[in-house]
This record gives sequence, C-alpha cells and structure tokens, in this order.
Amino acid sequence: MAALHIKKGSTKHSAYNLRPTFSDVQETHTLAVLVENEPGVLARVIGLFSGRGYNIESLTVAEVDHQGHLSRITIVTTGTPQVIEQIKAQLGRIVSVHDVHDLTVEGRSVERELGLFKVSGTGDKRIEALRLAEIFRANVVDSTLESFIFEITGAPEKIDAFADLMRPLGLFEVARTGVAALSRGAE
Amino acid sequence: MTRQMTGAKMVVQALKDQGVDTVFGYPGGAVLPIYDEVFQQNDIRHILVRHEQGAVHAAEGYARSTGKVGVALVTSGPGATNAVTGLTDALMDSIPILVISGQVPTFLIGSDAFQEADTVGITRPCTKHNWLVKDTAQLSQTIHQAFHVASAGRPGPVLIDIPKDVQFATATYMPPQSIKIGHYNPQVKGDLAAIAELAEAIEEAECPILYTGGGVINSGPGASQLLRELVEATGIPITSTLMGLGAYPASGKHWLGMLGMHGLYEANMAMHDCDLMIAVGARFDDRITGRIDAFSPNSKKAHIDIDPSSINKVIRTDIPIIGDVGHVLEDLLKVWKSRGRKTNKEALSKWRAKIDHWRTVDCLKFDQGKTIIKPQYALQRLEALTKDRDRYICTEVGQHQMWAAQFLRFEGPNRWMTSGGLGTMGYGFPASIGVQMAHPDALVINVAGEASWLMNMQELGTAMQFRLPVKQFILNNERLGMVRQWQELLHGERYSQSWSEALPDFVKLAEAFGAKGITCSDPADLDDAIMEMLDHDGPVIFDCLVEKHENCFPMIPSGAPHNKMLLGEASTKGAIETSGAVLV
Repeated sequence: MAALHIKKGSTKHSAYNLRPTFSDVQETHTLAVLVENEPGVLARVIGLFSGRGYNIESLTVAEVDHQGHLSRITIVTTGTPQVIEQIKAQLGRIVSVHDVHDLTVEGRSVERELGLFKVSGTGDKRIEALRLAEIFRANVVDSTLESFIFEITGAPEKIDAFADLMRPLGLFEVARTGVAALSRGAE
Repeated sequence: MTRQMTGAKMVVQALKDQGVDTVFGYPGGAVLPIYDEVFQQNDIRHILVRHEQGAVHAAEGYARSTGKVGVALVTSGPGATNAVTGLTDALMDSIPILVISGQVPTFLIGSDAFQEADTVGITRPCTKHNWLVKDTAQLSQTIHQAFHVASAGRPGPVLIDIPKDVQFATATYMPPQSIKIGHYNPQVKGDLAAIAELAEAIEEAECPILYTGGGVINSGPGASQLLRELVEATGIPITSTLMGLGAYPASGKHWLGMLGMHGLYEANMAMHDCDLMIAVGARFDDRITGRIDAFSPNSKKAHIDIDPSSINKVIRTDIPIIGDVGHVLEDLLKVWKSRGRKTNKEALSKWRAKIDHWRTVDCLKFDQGKTIIKPQYALQRLEALTKDRDRYICTEVGQHQMWAAQFLRFEGPNRWMTSGGLGTMGYGFPASIGVQMAHPDALVINVAGEASWLMNMQELGTAMQFRLPVKQFILNNERLGMVRQWQELLHGERYSQSWSEALPDFVKLAEAFGAKGITCSDPADLDDAIMEMLDHDGPVIFDCLVEKHENCFPMIPSGAPHNKMLLGEASTKGAIETSGAVLV
C-alpha cells in the first residue's frame, strides 16, 4: 500500500471534503439570538462557534430585558447556506437560547455599529481629519492639541470607509462595538 | 408542601421526589455534606464505584436499559474531570443522565483551591446543559429543571456543580410540582402536511427502506411498538444503526440486520439502491453513510428527528419531519390508514426478491475449523445459549462490538447498551453494572475485548461489593483488534502498538477479587464453558481465547460508498485508497 503524501494545508484528502456541498456560495448573515441572561451563556454561544468551526465576524451582547432576564446577542457570520442553517439549528438547541432570528433572510433590517477613532496629528492633517469627520457626521468626544477621538455611528461599511480615510491622517487607535441590528417595520 | 432544609438534604430529597432509586458515585471532600445525607436514609441506594468514569458509564447503562434518567455523584476537581468521558459519551448517544459534582466553597472559587476545577467550564461542551448553583434557594428547582432538560426533546447528559457552602446552607425546598419548567420545551408533534407527504411517498415507492436509529429507543417502548406496526402494515424492509438495535425484532420477517461500516451486505445494498429512504431517529453518522456523494444516489429521503440540527446536517432531506418519533409514527400510521393503506405491492415483492438475492451472499459466513475459536463462533454460541433468557447485552468498543451487533439478535428495545457515537473503550463493564442494578434478576452480559475491558477493570470491586452477577465475556485475541485490522488494511501491516502484551491471567485476576474466572480455548469446550458462566450466581470473567488475526467483515472502507463493501480477506487487496486512510 502506498504511503500517504498529503501536502500541508491540503484539503483534498480531508474528511471534510466528504461533506455535501449543497452550495459553495459564501453568504454573510446577521443573526439575532435572544438568550437567558445567566452566567456562561455567552461561552455556550461562542463555544458552539469555535467547537464546530464556524466563523464569527462580529459579536455584540447586552442585556435588553432586565425583568425578563434576556440578553440579545447579535452575530455576523459567514458560510454556505447549509452551514448558516446548521448554525441556526445548533444555536436553537442550546437550552439557554430562547429565539434565533436570521435578520438577513427575515425581511429588511437596520444594522448599526459604533466606532471610536483616535487620530493624532498637527497642521493640515489635523484640519483634514476634522473636515472629513464632519462629512461622516462623526462627533469629537475628546481633543488635545495633537489628537482627536471621533465617535461615529453607522453601518459597518461606513465605519470601514471612515477608517480608510483616517489612516493616512494619523489614525492611532480604533475601538468598534460590532454590529447591533433590528428588523425593520412594526413587528 | 415546602420545607426548610440544607442544600445537601435538598439534593437527596429532590432525587427521591424525581423517582431516583440508585445513584452511582464516589465521595470526596467537596461532596461530604451530600454523602452525610446519603448515609442517613434508605430510599436511594448508593453504588460505590472504583473510578468516577465508571460511575457515569454505570448511570448510562442504567438509563439506557430503563429509559429513566441515570444519576452519578462525584466530588470536585478530579472527580468531575474523570466524569468528562462519560458525559461526552452520553452526549454523543443522547443518553439522559444527571451528574452532580461537588465544588469548592463559593468564596474559594477562582483561587486555585485544593481540588478546584472549572467544572461547568470543562463540561459545557460535553453536556446538554449545566449549572453552577451559588445559592441554596435555587438548588431544588435547578435539580428538577435538570431532570426535565436531560429527558425532554433529544435526551442528553446534564451536570449540576454544587459548592460545599451551598450544601451546608439552609433554604426552602421546592417539590417538583411547584416548579415552573422554563421555556425549554421542544416540539414533539410533527408537521401533518409533511407526514401526509411521507404517506404519499410510501404509497408510490417501489424500493422503500426504513433506516432507524437510537431515536426510536429514546422515544420509549411505545415508539418501538408503532415502528413494528408500521413495518407489518406496509411491508417495508427495515435496517437499523448500531444504536437502534432491538427497536424492530431481529426475528421480524422484514428485518435486514444492521447497516453501516460493518453492517450487513443486504442492508447496505438496499440503502444504496432504494428509491425511498425513511430515516427514523437516526442522524446519518459517517459510520452509516460512507462516502457522502455516493450515498444512496437515487432515493427520496425522509427524515424524522426531534433535533432540527440533525436535519440536512450531513445528507439533504426531501421530507424533513421535526418531532418525537413516537408521535410522528402514530400520526403517520393514522394518515396512511385513512388514505386506504396503499402500497405498490407488485414493486415491493420485486424489491424483496432483490434483497433476498443479496442475502444469498451470506456476508457473515466464517470458517470455524476445529482448533481455534473464531470470535464469531463464540458469539453465535452465546446467542444460541442465552436467546431465551431475560437478557441484556453491553459491549466495549472494537471488533467484538461489531461482531456482537452482527451475531446477537435483539427482540426488544433497551436490551443493548453500547458506546456508538464516542466509541469509548472501557464503557461496557461499568455499564453492565448499571444495567444489573436496574434489573437485578436479569442476565447481564458484557461482550468485551481484553484491551477494552482492562480500561475499567477496577469495577470488578464494585461488582463484587454489590453482588452484581455480571458476566464479562471477553473475546481475547491479545490484540487491539480493530486497530490491528486497520493497520493491516491501511498501514502496510505495520502493527504499531496494537498488541496486548503482559496480559493478566484473567482467571487468577477474577479469583483475586473473589469472582469466578473461566478460560476456554477449544471450540469443543465452548458450550459447556458458557453454560458454566451462565449457571454461576455471581460475577464471572470469561476469558475466551480466540483467533488472533480475524478481521471484521463486511466492511465499507472509509471513503467508499455502500455498494463497494469488502466481504472477506480475498476482497481486501488494494481496496482502500490512500485518501480513505485519512478518515477515521
């Protein structure tokens, strides 16, 4: 029997290529997961993602109903349609999870993220940064003679675009919250 | 009725109120208050194991053979970490068990105290759910909730971690009927439109097959009964996974035998060639499907499962039905009857003739010979000599397990305890102890390999202490047989570390514990030796010296489809591609 020659990193010989490829298209979905606000619940959710090899692109979590002990976790994830379905089903069977909504397929939704950007510089760069911040409706929340902190809210793409513009102007440090999202309409 | 009591007393009271009669466990510093309460009562029997892994497997054996929640009690730190294998085993096979672990007092948590471990952190991925109870007032309702979570929906293991100060503190005990069971209530009724679609598919099918799994057993004896009714009424041939054996009787006329990697030729061929596959409480495990893109290529697939994540996980389903097997089968039978009990009789009889033709291959045939006992022959004789008894079978993991599944015949559910998903060597012996506790008058046999059996052999002490007459039927080939088989077929016959060197004399080992040991190496003596084992009222270690190089066939090599089975030694040359060797 011939010895195995498997290239490092090759998936050709991996067990996983025996999984069905229902579709190869990678889709990005935003999931809203309503969970019991109890110790360890976030670990259950992210443990599921790491244990089963799913991606997390963005994650936000906060209590949304103090009386009902409910927190809302918003997860942006990427995968084939089959993987996304698995993720939702796997999330749904965690005992602490009350509800899973796929905002990407359940009608239109609003997605927002908050970013804090520290930009340091003097002279023209400083003026340019301030001018661009105005265009992006970013607020100055801290200023020194050599720096600003801008606060910006918007869809993740807008924040990405702002970051791209700030980089040559002395972008020093960034903090982003990750996406929070709600479905549009009365329901 | 509510009462004030300590947390430790609450544990015992809650277990009683949940109908628990047996707990398997091992004491230690962090559970001493609970053990003090166990000492002061007689309603719950505590079975002292010799290792916490044994306690959890015993609880699993108890649960699998009764359908009730099995309970294990362990201490903090090493007690809890030793329970991890059993918890994972129960998670993979959907077995309802509750493990209660002691924890260092709340004010020491996080300080790296003696015998401290992050038990809920460690067991989070290997339980269905777990709790750390930091307030005695929450304890009784958490225990009741745990029983609900373990048994509702797809069953599974749960763990409650109780710090020692919570065990000492006093609060109000809440009985089960006063507890609000939270939001966790999985759907049990299947969608009627999908069930009607399945009934219609059954009417039209020319080559249908039922592929059933452990979900039927977990759904309760009623589900097995309904499955039998469905098979008799429709005449659909039926095969089962390792986990589902016994749901349909092996003596039933539509029985094909087990399917999968070491399943029967006729079962696998029928899976490959069918035009309607009805998966009932089975999860398309890789041991079942073989190569996925060549799995039953021309069939419409219906899938009944209580866990939505099982649907479309591996194989795309045409008719998904989410619900409890018992409820769905009941509705399916109703719908099918109300539609006039139609099947395509002519096509079905052709299909059965085709299956009968596959049967003539006689895929389990082996050549016994006169000098050495073949493992298959040992099981054949064990079957013949025990089939009319009230019998429960456990196994360890490996070749003997597959041969047991092939050669032993199960007529009812809950009679077959084996580690399917996780494949835990060392499972069978402690499991047999759990089964014997639940069924004191039954014949409980653990079919083992010598290597697996050694992994938890310390439990012989438990069997002796509690006078549990479990029969350890060891097929001793002085090899890790399944590893050896793979090395022969896939790794150029380089038998790396796959032999059992320095084995004990099993007869003397038995005698050292005060048990009976029997050894047998001659096929002519086998029947008498088995009878001697059965007639002995106490634990027996039966050291059956078998052929050392026997391989387990049929075999679907990893990476091959169902219709490319290896049937015997002659068919193995060059049969496994290098890409298959990567798979487990």
